[in-house]
Parts: sequence; structure tokens; C-alpha cells
Amino acid sequence: MRSDPCLPERASDLLQFPRRPAKEHCMNGHAFTLAGTDLIALASGALYWPAQDVLCVSDLHLGKAARRGRLGQATLPPYETRDTLARLGAVLGHTAPRTVICLGDSFDDPEAARELSDPDAETLRALQNGRRWIWIEGNHDPGPLGPAGEHMPNLAIGALRFTHNATPQGSGEISGHYHPKATVRSKGRAMSRPAFLIDATRVILPAFGTYTGGLRCSDPVLARLMSPDAIAVLTGARALCLPMGRA
Amino acid sequence: MTELAPPFSTFFTARGWTLHPHQRDMLARADAAALLLVAPTGGGKTLAGFLPTLVELGPDPAPGLHTLYISPLKALAADIRRNLRRPAQEMGLNIRIEDRTGDTSYTQKRRQRADPPHILLTTPESLALLTSYEDAPRIFAGLQRVVIDEAHALAESKRGDQLMLALSRLETLCPGLRRVGLSATVEDPPALARFLAPHPAPCEILLADPGPDPDIAMLDVDAAPPWAGGGAAHAIPAVLDAVRAHKTTLIFHNTRAQAEIFFHNLWLANDDALPIGIHHGSLDRAQRERVEAAMQEGTLRAVVCTGSLDLGLDWGNVDLVIQIGAPKNVKRLVQRIGRANHRYNAPSKARLVPANRFEVIECRAALEAVRARDLDGAPRGPGPLDVLCQHILIRACSGPFDADALYSEVARAGPYADLSRATFDDCLAFCATGGYALRAYDKWRRLMQRPDGLWQLRDPRSAALIRMNIGTIQDADLVKVRLRRNRGGKPLGEVEEAFAASLSPGDTFLIGGQIVRYEGLREMVVEVSPDAARKPRLAVFGGTKFATSSQLSQRILTMLQQDSWPDLPGYSQDWLRLQREMSRLPEPGRLLIESFPHDGREHACVYGFAGRNAQQTLGLLLTKRMEDLGLDPLGFVATDYATLIWGLEPLTDATPLLDIASLRDGLDHWLMGNAVMKRSFRGAATIAGLITRNMPGNRKNGRQATMSSDILYDTLVKYDPDHLLLRITRDEAMRGLVDFARIEEMAERVAGRIDLLRLDRISPFAAPLLLEVGKVPIKGAAEERLLGKETTRLLAEAGLDAL
Repeated sequence: MRSDPCLPERASDLLQFPRRPAKEHCMNGHAFTLAGTDLIALASGALYWPAQDVLCVSDLHLGKAARRGRLGQATLPPYETRDTLARLGAVLGHTAPRTVICLGDSFDDPEAARELSDPDAETLRALQNGRRWIWIEGNHDPGPLGPAGEHMPNLAIGALRFTHNATPQGSGEISGHYHPKATVRSKGRAMSRPAFLIDATRVILPAFGTYTGGLRCSDPVLARLMSPDAIAVLTGARALCLPMGRA
Repeated sequence: MTELAPPFSTFFTARGWTLHPHQRDMLARADAAALLLVAPTGGGKTLAGFLPTLVELGPDPAPGLHTLYISPLKALAADIRRNLRRPAQEMGLNIRIEDRTGDTSYTQKRRQRADPPHILLTTPESLALLTSYEDAPRIFAGLQRVVIDEAHALAESKRGDQLMLALSRLETLCPGLRRVGLSATVEDPPALARFLAPHPAPCEILLADPGPDPDIAMLDVDAAPPWAGGGAAHAIPAVLDAVRAHKTTLIFHNTRAQAEIFFHNLWLANDDALPIGIHHGSLDRAQRERVEAAMQEGTLRAVVCTGSLDLGLDWGNVDLVIQIGAPKNVKRLVQRIGRANHRYNAPSKARLVPANRFEVIECRAALEAVRARDLDGAPRGPGPLDVLCQHILIRACSGPFDADALYSEVARAGPYADLSRATFDDCLAFCATGGYALRAYDKWRRLMQRPDGLWQLRDPRSAALIRMNIGTIQDADLVKVRLRRNRGGKPLGEVEEAFAASLSPGDTFLIGGQIVRYEGLREMVVEVSPDAARKPRLAVFGGTKFATSSQLSQRILTMLQQDSWPDLPGYSQDWLRLQREMSRLPEPGRLLIESFPHDGREHACVYGFAGRNAQQTLGLLLTKRMEDLGLDPLGFVATDYATLIWGLEPLTDATPLLDIASLRDGLDHWLMGNAVMKRSFRGAATIAGLITRNMPGNRKNGRQATMSSDILYDTLVKYDPDHLLLRITRDEAMRGLVDFARIEEMAERVAGRIDLLRLDRISPFAAPLLLEVGKVPIKGAAEERLLGKETTRLLAEAGLDAL
């Protein structure tokens, strides 16, 4: 038996047992169903698909500090790639997925992908080791890039479609791009966190990269994409969910 | 004694004017390389500063820049232009006088660069920008004098440090340049002179006659003030009476929020509809200008205001200053008093209105300090390094530079006279590569060293970005407020972004004296509509909170030692006596801590008298230590004189808690995660050029996802804890909002003499603290708990909780 039932060594272990209803799933995340598929929005900002053992993250923006420097601005502290990969490593450690899908804007630009420092590239190779790794194209990193893995504009598995940028007519669509964040106000305090946006037809993932800002989920673009009964799932210590329209 | 020659003498005689002695002295000492004039408000300082220039230029001067005038306010520069042009014309002087600020048009600015006027009136930021141009040597060629107005005010902020660095640059460009500083009354003129001096040369000091003693007293108010709070609503009838009995009254407040509330209450009671306006830094500029114009026309009977009127225009018809709330700082009080009766050698009239019971004592102590001419002030720290980083980038914009030469030039500026070469090199490294422990992107360095050893921008195009972000004023976190209309309603003012983010539709707050309802945020503008409510739901929207100065705190402690207090009102005397009977009165060389149960909770009250900010920091540090010791603190509240902590376990031994080494340790480790530290970091990172507020082409708009500086801060703390910007952030924590220096000072003063009194119930001094607003719940799991509760509630309300 595992010592802590909330932290399975391998999430796929769960599949060896009769599956419990998704809502009672005890992984630190919010379980929900999209296009008949059970998914978990993890508090870390990654999306997990237990049945297929797929982990999905979006908008890593690796190499952002270097890109800013190239543009002649002050270089940001050059630790974000290391930090993003370390957090991704922690999620992979918990979930141990067979497949990882990066939903685009994985690199801040194509040059950032080429210029990945040796230790960072080594860390990335270690994360990729033994699993299928898919890079979906984003607006920051169009076309095939240097690092190993499969590169594709988008990907369909079963009823789900993985793409960088949500489309108005999409269904069963899993995307990123907007870096959504939600704000909760209470007693004169405003607490903002990156958040998943979820409705009956799509999920928009929060940005996973360390150096990423956020777009308020009250923004008209997001309000148009999502249905009025959409929910927001806050990332952080716990995956808390609230009606998107109220965030 | 220097006498004026025609046309000046004829001009003065014709008007029956005579020069004040210090104005003559300034003429006599016009050749001094550096001179500081300290004169009381209304002493004709500005004329004293300009007279030597007018005399030197004479009726028909040769073209070229002769005198640069620097003021902290754009409005003051424009005002001086008008006030100087008229007499110059009337004397038949053919002198070109122009101002150059952020408001000056692009064409005018270009013309000024090509063909500078004789006298240029500007601000520290506009001067820094001018020095960043490649043709700076040509623009400033022939410059003879620099006049720094309101030097005492500039010296209190980073704008002064930036200005001194720019003046060092000008010294190099214009050898023989003379500088004159004009200052209101300050506690330590030699310190201000060191700030202004072109080191290692000194700056001479000219002290004007301080004038007669002011007529200053407490305002007679029938009602006793409340036990806590700062509204002073009890004094409204008495204030209205005073306004009625005078021509024009300035009613000063310590915070914008208090000014708003007072103004609102004043109008509710203003049955005669006396024309009374409001003026503070968060109001829209047009609105402020309307109030200023009405003041000048003499159509207003009173203005409710804040520090925004501490400086600037001379309003001769102000005959009364009322200070609401304890003045916190004697020097500022004296400068404010000077705003009444702007006539030389006439006593100013001022009245103090304590807003609560403790402030009665503080006001009494302040009155005695004013009479004893005992001014206070914290010594200036060394020049901040974020400003130096910006200066290095500005220097790089103007062309290649030699690091040795720039170092000697910088060390000539007063604030940087003690700067070590190693620290300078750290700043240069930060500008060049970011100065990170991990040298990952050195090829994308911002500055590079050429084969000949000179430093230059790697990409010359980056100069535009640097120029756009010149300045040290931190207003980045303000958002505009305007009335909701079809096509953009009337702008009302600004609120802090954090305040705006905490608003929910329907919340009401006060701005510009009216109650408004929050409707929504559109393109980073807070849209509001008028609301008929009598009481706003929220009142605080930021602005500075001053801490009571060390000297004034000491005076209060000394006063508490008296056997009786005949100068205080009866209710105050009773209160002090009761405290002495039931507990003890705090003493200057000791630290009093009371521990008592109250209302089912344990309480500890620490009378540190270290000022609001330091007592707040002390609260954060002590509760963290108490948490570690298992005392289960639940929250605390801080005022200028004490911190009250409540929790589940009684405090029985205070000595280990107040060990200064552990407190320092707490500052270094635990407090680094605090929001106040992140705020200091954001300021430093913006000034040093790591974060750019303005980008060419586009102003930040709401659609663009911008990364929060908190992320950069967390990353540096985690991976590069010794980085220059974190060193700067820690240095700033010693002053300002964290004010750890005052905690150190308290520890030194107390030297372990701690009196922990165990009482069986709450003491007379501690009781008012329970009524204070701004209680801080202990964080940690608190935010998560709050989030959890609120999201559950929202889900349930929306019927989504079954999902």
C-alpha cells in the first residue's frame, strides 16, 4: 500500500484499481469531464488525463530572459528556464505520464530553443527520457525546433483536440496561449492566481512558465470564448474552483 | 553691503521695495562655487536665487544658456517663468526665460536643444533626460549657474540623488559652474550642504533670519477627541468657526484618505455653504489646477489638503493653517505653518487638532518642540544604488565613457561621496550584464567594453528605451478613475492599483469629496458612477502614511515622566494617571511590555515608540517568532507608539523575543517574502532599469499580459540571493515602509532593559489600540483558508457547488 493515498507514486497505478468517480479523485487537482473524457486540472497548472496517461502543459516560455537581452533590454534573472523545468520535473515525478504534450509557446522564440544552455538542455533530455514528448506549435515557436520530440501544429486523440490557440468553433479542445488568471476578492484583498478556464467544450490552460504574466479572465476575449457557466480553477497550493464570471 | 545698480535699483525704488538682508547677501556672495540659502517660508528665496543671474545677464546678454533652475514641481517651474518674465520685461532686460518639463511640447523642446534660452526652468527628470543626449556638451556650453529650489524637499527623495548625479555630470561639462541651493528651515543645514556640495569642495551656508515665532496653539474644541482613529469629525464645528473667522485657511491632513473623509464631513456640516475645496496628489490634475486658480483669485475660504500643498505657489492671503491629526514630524509642521501669512517678518498663525486621545499628547509635545525650535529629521542614508544604475545607463546614452572617469565624477556628488569603487563596479556590472551569479547570457550584455577600454551601449537603439524610462518617481502602480459615460467621462483622479484590484462592482469609496460606486475596470481605468450613499463602504485608497519622528517620540516619552501634566486637558491627565496606577508609563531608556488576558484572548502590548512603520514591522517579526515558540498569535495592530498582539498563549518571557540578532535574522529570512519587501524591490528594479515601464510605441494596455515583478523577486531570492537588487531592497528595508533602522535604534536605546508586566486586565494605554483599524491577521495558511472559504461561497451562490 502507498503511505499517502493522495500522492500516488505513479498516477497510472490508479488504473490498476477499479476507477472511482472522478469527483472523488484525491490527486491535488480538480477532476472534470470534457467530451466524455475524465481529466484532472492539477494545482501545479498541468492537466492530467489518467486514462491515456497523458500530461499536458502550456506556455513554458523557456529562454525568455535571453530573448529580452537580445532585444537590447536588461536581461531578466537567467534562472527561469531552470525553474520552469524543475517544476515540470516535480509534476512528472508525481504523475509519471507516458506522454507529455506541450501546448505551444514552449520557447520564447526559435532562437531561445537553439540557445538552451547545456545544463538546461540536459535537464530537458532527462525529463523526456522514456516517454513520448510532443511539441505543439505556438505563435512564439512556430515550425519544428531543435529539441528532440515530435513537432506538430496540433493533435487529436480520441474526442480531444490539442492546440495552442482556442478556436471559436472548437469542441473537446485543449489550448493555452492566453495565460488566464483569476482574481478572488475578499475583505478588501485581491488574490490573483493563474487559472484553468473550463466549460463544456474547451479547457484553456494557465501558463506553466515561470516568467509569464496573466490575462484576467474578465477580459472580453476570454469572456467571448468561454460559455457563461464556465468555471475557473485556481492554481497554487490547492486547485480551488469558482465561477469564471465571478473571478 | 552690495547695492543694486540701475535698472534694478530703479525698478525696486519705483515699487517701494527693499531687498531683504539675505537677498543682498546672496548678491554679495554670487561668486561662491556652492552656496546654500536657508530661509523661512515666504522669505523671498526664489528672488534671492535669481537676482545674481539677472544682474550678470544685464539688459543685453549674449545668446546661450546661463542659468538652470531646478524645481521639484512642474507647476512651480511654469509659475516662476511667469513671475520672472514680467519684472525682466519691465526692467527692459532682453532675457529669454523658458521652462522645460514633461508638459512642454515636442517642437518647443527641440528648439530649446538647438538654441537654449538664457534661463531654463526644469525638473530633475527633464535635466537627466537632457544630459542623456549626445549633444549635451553643446546644449550646456557656457552654463554659469544652477539654482536648486526647495532643496530640502528634493533631498528627501531619490529625485535629489538623481539631481546631484546630473549636477556632477554638468560640472564636468561646464568647469567653473556655480550652484545655489534654496531651502526652507531644516534641522541640520550642514547635512543639506554636504548633500549639495561638489565634493571634495564644500558648500557654504547662508542662514537667513528665521523671523518671528509663530502664533501656534491647539484649536479650541469643545468635544474631547475619540479614543482611536484619525477622522477628527469631533472638531468639524470648531474648524468651520475658525474658517469663518479668517480670510483663507489651509486645512492640512497627513493622508489623502483622511483628507477625503474630513472634506466629506465638512461639507455635510457646511450650512453656510462656505466655498471650501480639496487638493491632494491623487486628484486629477485639472481638478487640482482649478483649486489652485481659485486660491490665487481668493475665491476659496479654505482648502482641505495634504503634502501636495507643502511646496509651491505663494498664496499671500492664507492667514490660518490648521493641522488635523498629530503632525508626526516637527520640521514638516514648521514648514506647513509657514504657509500661513507669506509675508516676511510677520508671524504665521497655526492651530493643531489632535484626532484621538494619544495625539493630544503628541500635539502638545510638538508645540513645545516648535517653540524650542527643536527640529527633527532622520539622517540621509548613502545615495541609493538603483539611482546610480540608472545614471550609468543615462551616461551610456550620451556616448562612450571611461569607467574610472565616471567613478570620480559620481563620487563628487554629495550622496555618493563615500561610494566604494567595488560598489560602483557592481552597479556597472548590473547595467552591463545584469550582474547575475549565473553568467548565461553575457553575449547579450547591455553595455560592452570596446577595445580602447571605453564602455558603450551594445545596441545603440536601446538608448530610446532607457530615455523613455528616466526618473525615480514610482507612480507605476496608480490607475486612473473616471466617471462612466458613453465616450469616457470626467477624470476624477487616481487610486493605487492594489486598491482598484480589491474593488467589486457596487463598492463605494470617496474621491475628490464625492462618493462614487465602482462599476468596472476598462482599459486600466477604474470606471465609477456617482452614488447617493451617505457613508462610503471603503475609504482607504493609498497615499503615504508618515511615522512619528524619533525626536518627537523621545519628547513624548520624556513628557510622560512628569509628575503632573497641567498643560494637557483634564481627560488626558486622568488617562495618564490611570495608566500610571494600573500599569506603568513607558520610559525613555526602557521598553515596557504589558501582558494581559482580555475577551478570552491573551494580549501583549509592546510600547516601542518606534513609529508606525517600524511598529508594524515589529508586529510581523514578533508574531512570526511567537508562532515558532508555540504562542499561537492570531493577529496584531500597530500605531506610532505601540504594537498590540493577540493570541492563545500568554507571553511570560519577552527577552528572547526581542533579541535584536534574531529580529535581524527574521528580516533577512522570513520578512524577505513580505509584500512590502516585494514593493521595495519593484521600485528598485524599475529605477535600475530591469523592468521597463514605458515601451516605444505602446503604453501598457490591459490586454497585454505583463509579468509581475514579484516573480522576478521570488526567482532572485531563490537562485541569486546576493544579487545587487536584493542588496538594494534590503538597504531600503532599513528605512521607509519597513523602517528596520528604527527597530535597531529602539533596541540600542533600550539595551535589554525590558519591563514585562503581567496585568489581570487590559491597561488604559492598550485599550484604544483595540479600536484601531488596520488589524493584521497572521498569514501563513490564512490566505489559503480565505481563498477556500470565498471560492466555496461563490460556487454555492452560483449554484455550481454540486459540480
